Amino acid sequence: MFPNAFKYEAPTSVDEAVRLMTEYGYDSKVLAGGQSLLPMMKLRIAAPAVLIDVNGIQDLKGWREADGKLRIGALVRHAELEHASELDDKYPLLSRTARWIADPPIRNRGTVCGSLVHADPGSDWGAAMIALRAEVEVQGTEGNRLIPIDEFFVDTFATSLNENELAVAVHVPTPGGPVAARYMKLERRAGDFAIAALAVHIVLDSEGRVAEGGIGIGACGPIPLRATKAEEALIGQPITEETIATVSRLVPEDADPADDLRGSAAYKRDLLRVFAARALREIAEELHGRVGNE
Amino acid sequence: MNIRVKVNGRLYEADVEPRTLLAYFLREQLNLTGTHIGCDTTTCGACTVLFDGKPIKSCTVLAVQADGHEVMTVEGLESNGQLHPLQSAFWEDHALQCGYCTPGMLMAAYGLLQTNPAPTDEEIREALSGNICRCTGYMNIVKAVQNAARQMAGENQEVIEEAAVSGTSTD
Ligand SMILES: Cc1cc2nc3c(=O)[nH]c(=O)nc-3n(C[C@H](O)[C@H](O)[C@H](O)COP(=O)(O)OP(=O)(O)OC[C@H]3O[C@@H](n4cnc5c(N)ncnc54)[C@H](O)[C@@H]3O)c2cc1C
Ligand code: FES
Ligand code: FES
Repeated sequence: MFPNAFKYEAPTSVDEAVRLMTEYGYDSKVLAGGQSLLPMMKLRIAAPAVLIDVNGIQDLKGWREADGKLRIGALVRHAELEHASELDDKYPLLSRTARWIADPPIRNRGTVCGSLVHADPGSDWGAAMIALRAEVEVQGTEGNRLIPIDEFFVDTFATSLNENELAVAVHVPTPGGPVAARYMKLERRAGDFAIAALAVHIVLDSEGRVAEGGIGIGACGPIPLRATKAEEALIGQPITEETIATVSRLVPEDADPADDLRGSAAYKRDLLRVFAARALREIAEELHGRVGNE
Repeated sequence: MNIRVKVNGRLYEADVEPRTLLAYFLREQLNLTGTHIGCDTTTCGACTVLFDGKPIKSCTVLAVQADGHEVMTVEGLESNGQLHPLQSAFWEDHALQCGYCTPGMLMAAYGLLQTNPAPTDEEIREALSGNICRCTGYMNIVKAVQNAARQMAGENQEVIEEAAVSGTSTD
């Protein structure tokens, strides 16, 4: 299997990439890790006339912390975050999510931003970035803008990115207190997309109450979703058995799963409830003892 | 398009169509048919090669993307007619039956041992989770990777000991 013929462009700067995207418009596609786009092109589901390969743009590589945020460049691969142990203290959800994506060779190529722009409802980064309240930094001909993750996903495989806008980074807020996170995913076999997935990110205040609570739901709706009701019930509370019971029952209320080959909607809802309870219990155990010390 | 790519240490210059996938370039233009194509849907891992030292699935990378990069295929494992310890271990431990998955298994395992010379069984299984074998049931593959890891550690140890005996330093 091989893709339709296309013209290949390999810009070396963001400006050049945006210029090419503007010039070719709808006929072109950006090639990042290629782990979603190339399979679709081989199956002829996608047949862009022009591929704009951004892998040679140095400015899109690596991450840095500045102004209360971690800025993850668009060419950062899943595997880089999986192994970035230096980020585990402040951003534990990153490596915990990365290790669940596809398989190791795919993780060596696929990028965080590519996964977000591809906007598969089962994207593991989708659920995680919802929990982290991330923003996607994009650049077009009119300059830069930041899109809050809640406004980023529009529908399955559709985002609020304009046709000639390149995602250049994703920004994750730096937590202001003790933090812990869990990524929960059930898959039919190793390397598969989720049956259902849940990302939970908790930051405590000095009294041991939840200062920031992010809960992202994966593979249970047309886009990655936020468990809004559960988050509201969690904020300002200590993580007790009572909180855990209330919050975990609320998580499925914001999910919108469908019956499919991976399982029934009822099963997926119940998975989310169980995931939420497990995640919160583990997070409470992990943070216990550090509470009030920072 | 003209590309220059280093494969198994040797520099090749070639003219490729942009849509040519790396796996097909290796097999059909460089005649390195050790890299297998099993599924063509990024699932089976038979096409796994190292790209700048890391395992990737060569059916899902364009040959033009390898321009200026280094690729290592299963043909790059043996040296001077000597099988690599991983290859010997696969042979000794019956880690293959039909052999279709073997080049990919070897390259994924090689990639693992480069960064983790003494992996646990669990780590081996995780590293090989993108490689499907329909014959062996995986037990002997994990065993072979363990044995190869021990053998490679032993070889390093021998070099260090020899150096100590002859009074020279290894570095
Ligand atoms: C067998 C298999 C299993 C998988 N399992 C999982 C899984 O379990 N969980 C999961 O989350 N994912 C999974 N994936 C998908 C994988 O994570 C991809 O890496 C990811 O979805 C896309 O990232 P990419 O960098 O490869 O993007 P590409 O394939 O290069 O691009 C995807 C889309 O995004 C666009 N794009 C990419 N980067 C940018 C940018 N910077 N700006 C603008 N547009 C851009 C492209 O034009 C294209 O439309 C799997 C893939 C395969 C093949
Ligand atoms: S042929 Fe590449 S993964 Fe199967
Ligand atoms: S030995 Fe036959 S597929 Fe692995």
